[in-house]
Amino acid sequence: MALSLKLNGETHTVDAEPGTPLLWVIRDELKLTGTKFGCGVASCGACTVHVNGEPVRSCQTYVEDLEDAEITTIEAIGDDKIGAAVQQAWVELDVVQCGYCQSGQVMSAVGLLSENPKPSAEEIDEYMWGNACRCATYQRIRAGVQRASEILEA
Amino acid sequence: MTINTSRRGFLKGAAAASAVLIVGARPDGALAAASSDGAQLNPFVKIDADGTVTAIVKHFEMGQGPATGLPTIIAEELGVTMDQIEYEFAPSDPQVYNNLLFGPFQGTGGSTAIANSWMQYRQAGAAAREMLINAAAQSWGVDPSGVTIEDGIITAGEKTAPIAEFVAAASQLEVPAEPRLKDPSEFRLIGNESVRRKDSAIKGNGQAKFAMDVHLPNQMVAMIKRPESRGGIALGFDDSASKEIKGYINAAILPNQAGVAVYAENTWAAIQARDMLEVEWDMSAAETRDSDQIKAEIKAALDAEPEFNVNQADVAAVTAAIDGADTVIEQSFYFPLLAHAPMEPLNCTIEQTAEGDIILHDGAQMPTGPHMAYQQIFQLPPENIQIKTMLAGGSFGRRATPDADYQVEAALAFVVTDRSRPVKLVWTREDDIRSGYYRPAFGHKARVGLDADGNIVGWQHQVAGQSIMKGTPFESFSVHDGVDHSSVEGIADSPYNIPGMALGLTDTPKATSVLWWRSVGHTHTGYVMEVMMDLAAKAAGRDPVEFRLSYLADGDDPDQSRKAGVLKLAAEKANWGNPAEGRAQGIAVHKSFGSYAAQVVEVSGDPESGIKIEKVTCAVDCGIAVNPDVVRAQMEGGIGYGIGHVMRGQITLTGGAVDQSNFPDYEPLRIGDIAAIDVHIVPSAEAPTGVGEPGTPPAAPALANAINTLSGVQIAAHPMTEDGISFV
Repeated sequence: MALSLKLNGETHTVDAEPGTPLLWVIRDELKLTGTKFGCGVASCGACTVHVNGEPVRSCQTYVEDLEDAEITTIEAIGDDKIGAAVQQAWVELDVVQCGYCQSGQVMSAVGLLSENPKPSAEEIDEYMWGNACRCATYQRIRAGVQRASEILEA
Repeated sequence: MTINTSRRGFLKGAAAASAVLIVGARPDGALAAASSDGAQLNPFVKIDADGTVTAIVKHFEMGQGPATGLPTIIAEELGVTMDQIEYEFAPSDPQVYNNLLFGPFQGTGGSTAIANSWMQYRQAGAAAREMLINAAAQSWGVDPSGVTIEDGIITAGEKTAPIAEFVAAASQLEVPAEPRLKDPSEFRLIGNESVRRKDSAIKGNGQAKFAMDVHLPNQMVAMIKRPESRGGIALGFDDSASKEIKGYINAAILPNQAGVAVYAENTWAAIQARDMLEVEWDMSAAETRDSDQIKAEIKAALDAEPEFNVNQADVAAVTAAIDGADTVIEQSFYFPLLAHAPMEPLNCTIEQTAEGDIILHDGAQMPTGPHMAYQQIFQLPPENIQIKTMLAGGSFGRRATPDADYQVEAALAFVVTDRSRPVKLVWTREDDIRSGYYRPAFGHKARVGLDADGNIVGWQHQVAGQSIMKGTPFESFSVHDGVDHSSVEGIADSPYNIPGMALGLTDTPKATSVLWWRSVGHTHTGYVMEVMMDLAAKAAGRDPVEFRLSYLADGDDPDQSRKAGVLKLAAEKANWGNPAEGRAQGIAVHKSFGSYAAQVVEVSGDPESGIKIEKVTCAVDCGIAVNPDVVRAQMEGGIGYGIGHVMRGQITLTGGAVDQSNFPDYEPLRIGDIAAIDVHIVPSAEAPTGVGEPGTPPAAPALANAINTLSGVQIAAHPMTEDGISFV
């Protein structure tokens, strides 16, 4: 069925059945491949996008629930001040290794800094717990969030 | 796998590569030297008309850094900045782009990307520099010895020009066989902390393209319905329920009957349609054992005479020495099956061109594997098969199977179609956890005798587990006189000067498909060596650092002095012996893949209410650190990989079927599990050795030794939850 999705500031008409995870509409329909498939069960965070400014796991978010919602993916998060700061920090600190989880890490980090501009290490660990990184870049993710916080404060 | 980067070995490889370029490649234009777009000066260096240099990277990028490291080496010798150099992945060509340590085989593994490329890429960069210098010198009528290149600018006295100006002329010149290499004192980029990863920005903004991101026009997505346990044979299927799924196309039994391919217009349709598919299986030849049975087989092997006397020891003498010792420490260990679980589930895409060529889009760790397999499957000569290497979302060994498993599976799923549509094979996480290849289960039994002064008088060590290398094309590399070195590496070749060592090995029957897993045999051998050394030190009443150093005392043996060097550095940086109140430290040191790594883990808490990993301090000696921050990152990642799995990772089988299925029951390391990691690199003038794997082996034993010191609990089986350890 045809559905209307507001994503990255544009309205897209997509053909998807109810029950289709947002992840697959983003990746396979809209061909925005920055949002990643990692587990399909909301256990790794690689598919994190923002819905109305809040990070959600797009593999467990269904298209029929997104009417009137503002969806933002990694491709557009850099337009946001916090998103740009996180991406800058990620580059400064060379946070990434394989990089496959990092779109989700960035999206979650933006979510954290949006509600807590100066998180402690413990607060970062708690908030980012659900974003798995098999390369174990966690130490740099923690430092990256703190660096982004500094950038935003400056 | 032993790493050996001799200059002679390199020159031989480089000569072969250059010959192929000149003789084989230039006439047909494949690597044509010059065109209006620029020039390829040799197989590894391409320069565009605008002066942009492209390093042709023969190793795939799974996060370990060659897409930064190899361009760094080229840029250094060529005389350009890191901003002036880009990278692209090499095509599949085992004659030109082979791993010099693997023979005529292109592939990444054994932490060899920088080690085997070091001289080759330096020479490639230097050769390109010399060609540009000679072209400029000819044009300007000056002596080449007075011409330099720095930051992409060619200079001779008053004359300057960007390299772009002489690219075309340079490409007409012979590739010098022995270009002058920079003296390490001249290095500006190699070893420079300010050099950053080339792939950071695209991986932080979603632009990076992994194989999973391939969307070819008109492609189908294929998923494979596989049997519950390995060895099941598909006899037939009923797809009537699948037909209800919009986007479902059809299904077909794979030619080898190992599964049924389900084809759909998109990934979600494929997932659903596969779930709905009913398959009739013949399970008569399938694996039926439980993992407890595999464990029992390993234990029985440890209790029997070993199959191989690995180091030809006088076992009776060693046994007698231990029997007569003042103190005897005896401990058995068990290591379970482990999955690799890279973040990007396995996938690849195959298409056939109008001319009938086959193109594989893949995060290809060992392109030569699928390239050879495809020649058979498609009955095509090698030149009609192309492999386009994409970024890989991790591997840890999984993307390099000797039988090119998932690429072959994709080819089988493709050949049963009419080939008019590209086929993208996608694995889910459940496929990855349940249908994969695993770090083999291993058992060890070690007996160590100490004299009255606390010195080792005998060390009897038995290892049992499934050989990784036997029956694979890599057998000749690793198996000698029946002993698969990868089962005992880290013990048999330990730099420790241990008197009276007897090392036995028994191969246990095939339990499942096993595969190298980040640091291969060192995952278990390093653990046992370092836990036993710690137990021995403690039993002797000696400091664990001092005790180890006494077996690394030969200053004339670089193997011992370098291992001692990292041990001392890690101890110093961790303030060894002075943990904070309520904390305990544990240490381990291990050599693997030519590199030396020592780690101190500091823990607090207690096993019942939870151990907290407060800090890991690491020292590494990997020769020249080409990109120090990448080295640091690999240590951080290697530590996380080593610790994450021993905390709570294991694959178990019930009736031959894998019990785990996804991250909720194969729980990865999470951000809060290790509070801090601090890495120190030993300055070195030695040729670079590996960093992808050497950070992993010491991490788990250092943690175990810290927990033992803190609580007295001896960790003999993994995951540590099996020993009653919980973590916070």
